[in-house]
Amino acid sequence: MSARNRELLGLIPASLLVTAGFAAVFIQQGSHQLSNLSLTYGAIFLGLCLAAHVFLRIALPYADPYLFPLVAVLASFGLVVIYRIDDTLARQQAQWFVAGLGLFVATIVFARDYRKLEQYRYLIAAASLALLCLPRLPGIGAQVNGAYLGVRIPGVFIFQPTEFAKIGIVVFLASYLRDTRQLLVAGARRVAGITLPPLKHFGPLLVIWGIAMLLLIVIRDLGSSLMFFGAFLALLYVATSRVSFVVVGLLLFAVGAWYLGTHVPHVVDRVHVWMDPLNAHRYPNVGYQIANSLFAQSDGGLLGRGFGQAFLTLPGGGPLLPAPQTDLIYAVIVNELGLVGAVAVLTTYLLFVQRGFKVALLARDSFSTLLAVGLSAVFGLQVFVIVGGVTNVIPLTGVTLPFISYGGSSLLANFVLLALLLLVSDRARREAEGVR
Amino acid sequence: MSTPIMRLFATIVLLFAILVFWTSRWSVLGAKDLRDNALNKRPLLAALHVKRGAIKAADGTLLARSVRGPGGTYRRSYPAGSLFGHPVGYAIVALNQLAGIERYRNDELSGQGKSELGSLADQLQGKRQQGDAVITTLDPAAQRIATAQLAATGSPGAVVALDPRTGAVKVMASTPGYDPNQLGQPGVFRRLNAAGSGAPLLDRATQSSYAPGSTFKVITAAAAIDTGKYTPSSVIDGSSPKTISGVPMKNDLGTSYGPISLTAAMTNSVNTVFGQIGEALGKQTMADYMRRFGFYRRPPLDYPADEMLASGERLNGRLLPVTSPQVDVGRMAIGQDKLAVTPLQMAMVVAAIANRGTLMAPHLTDRVVDPDGRTVKRIEPHVAGTPVSPQTAAAVNAMMRTVVESGTGTAVQLPGIQVAGKTGTAEIGTVGANLTQPSFVAFAPADNPRIAIAVTVERSQGGFGGTVAAPIARAVLQSLLQHP
Repeated sequence: MSARNRELLGLIPASLLVTAGFAAVFIQQGSHQLSNLSLTYGAIFLGLCLAAHVFLRIALPYADPYLFPLVAVLASFGLVVIYRIDDTLARQQAQWFVAGLGLFVATIVFARDYRKLEQYRYLIAAASLALLCLPRLPGIGAQVNGAYLGVRIPGVFIFQPTEFAKIGIVVFLASYLRDTRQLLVAGARRVAGITLPPLKHFGPLLVIWGIAMLLLIVIRDLGSSLMFFGAFLALLYVATSRVSFVVVGLLLFAVGAWYLGTHVPHVVDRVHVWMDPLNAHRYPNVGYQIANSLFAQSDGGLLGRGFGQAFLTLPGGGPLLPAPQTDLIYAVIVNELGLVGAVAVLTTYLLFVQRGFKVALLARDSFSTLLAVGLSAVFGLQVFVIVGGVTNVIPLTGVTLPFISYGGSSLLANFVLLALLLLVSDRARREAEGVR
Repeated sequence: MSTPIMRLFATIVLLFAILVFWTSRWSVLGAKDLRDNALNKRPLLAALHVKRGAIKAADGTLLARSVRGPGGTYRRSYPAGSLFGHPVGYAIVALNQLAGIERYRNDELSGQGKSELGSLADQLQGKRQQGDAVITTLDPAAQRIATAQLAATGSPGAVVALDPRTGAVKVMASTPGYDPNQLGQPGVFRRLNAAGSGAPLLDRATQSSYAPGSTFKVITAAAAIDTGKYTPSSVIDGSSPKTISGVPMKNDLGTSYGPISLTAAMTNSVNTVFGQIGEALGKQTMADYMRRFGFYRRPPLDYPADEMLASGERLNGRLLPVTSPQVDVGRMAIGQDKLAVTPLQMAMVVAAIANRGTLMAPHLTDRVVDPDGRTVKRIEPHVAGTPVSPQTAAAVNAMMRTVVESGTGTAVQLPGIQVAGKTGTAEIGTVGANLTQPSFVAFAPADNPRIAIAVTVERSQGGFGGTVAAPIARAVLQSLLQHP
């Protein structure tokens, strides 16, 4: 079976899921329009996916057949969960989904020869850093829970530049490391038992570390910094095969994180809450979010309460679970679908990452490999950062759950990420096919 | 670059494994601790959305039901108002305040008693969590009479009536009462608990501690006969005053009876006779028999344990063993000294005598019925103990009949039904204040008892058990014995 036919078949579970999911939510709401609407929603969703599929058939016939259906599963699942939380938000999210597909198509059309991106790597890097600093600008910056992650675009939405910056930085790093990987390895010296890269090339890496630390201070968000720096280390490791570089990098990051975790007030709060999430003294203010995330998960158990059964608001109207559609959407999923549902979601993400790495393995040039690795790694790390935050593995930070959380920036950026992966994949598999 | 890519993927798999482990830690492994955490409002919210089962009287009268509130929540309504406030209690779910049967049967009423599998099956069938109904043994007509008669005395008091053959509690009345419908309103709890409110939330039937006075002589007489040291016809010196424990003890009105039989001493409630018997039997024997009747333990009633008080000698609110040097066994034998008993305990004592020496465990719940009408639990009568032999019980029964026929308890006489009873008038407060605690215990029909009853009225101005408490017992007995 050809790749595209497999992709087509893969879309069936996605549309079944969206139909069944909406049906479940409708039943829960006691609605009688079940038969029509849930099928309609399923049909529209399937129609959109089919359109994208037909486009892929024409534009990228050799691209990996599983990536797009996996995204469709995640996005449709996200729509159902958001619909269950707030149907108005779900309608907006559906519009963002359409816009995301548009951007996806545009990316494939305009970045067809994605290797041209290398020429603009410094521009891309500078633009990404600028994006990251935008939320600190007075007037447009939006501070949420002490972190500067959003830019208020009046009347439209809060733009989250980190979502796009992560792609730009991966593109830059992939390109930069393609150039310097040989030099980094060849000039390495052993100092006190640790292999260090030559100072000349180590310098830029230190600069990147410095930027990551600066970002920590500028955007004050441990999770985003972890995501960026993690992607950097992942790329550095793949490019050089040197574990010692990663160890040094992690140590440097740990030092920075320790400093911030003990000196920046709102990060200090987060760290305290992380170490003792159920502290009654902190519960009414800084601890409320994570404590209720854990309570919601305990309410879910193995199989969950079922769609629509979780308590999200207090009887008086206040939030019982804050930000259920964005930061804490994973807690809602555990509450309503249980551990089983949560593991299914995590498995879907893992499959996506696995396909991304597969693309990297197939790619024939270093830039493509590093780009695919970087995009997959940053995607996987983003899931780790937010789910880890919600489950208190690490301090909770405001990163979205890709394709599931409500939010336009996240959806748009991740569709760009998907488009780039498919572009790399199409070239890699086309070349592999050609050789055969 | 393929090896590092594989290793990197392995690292990400590891990270995801950590996520799965942590998720299972909160959702499954450590979920119970989180659910029980005091900060967690979800169990409370869930409880608000549960339609609790109804509570009904034995004849089906609705005592408590759930009515729809805003947003799919439910609140409790008590159609009988204050009448059943004490035995039924209340369930103010939003405030997490529960009492009485509402509290003791909370698992059944809120549907939590079901197995995990059963509730999963319900969930799959789309059923909303719904509680089971509790059918009590309570008799509304008799409860109404008991409450009205207690209220008419103008003093606080309590009545407990039960079926001695099964332990089924028919009446559990305590005045002053409260209307459980109003408890959800702000400030009501504080007002009801305030000093000077008369403690309406206190269930005097199970939680008060009264000096039983001469009603306690039933136990002394039972111990005297059951040990074999006395018979109903044993003759004892009934003169007054008589030195008991080194202090002179007087009979009522100072009447000196001279040598009289035990039966006659019971009929006329001769203090000096029972004081001597108490001394003769000794503290250990009295302690044994009190324990047999259920003293020094919380009653085995299906009711929240901390809403019941154990009866016995009490000093500064704490139970004092009968064998303590601070106990005056002679005065304890006539129901004075430091005795503190609940009306429920005294009802259990006469119920055991009525049931030929066998004490049935009292119970308020008859059965639990699920929303489909199936009886899922039935409280079968069970024996709580055999305090005395059938012969002893028969002898005490006969003695108590004479109290009603020709003694201090004639006010309880019913046409065509023989009643056995014992009056009690404990002196309370300072000497000369003429404050009394009138009590009455009884059972009927005497030859085949169907109802045992204990009545007490708090702080009466010079009233007697035979004049204040006995008429209440009579009215309640009459109501309960009307239907076969």
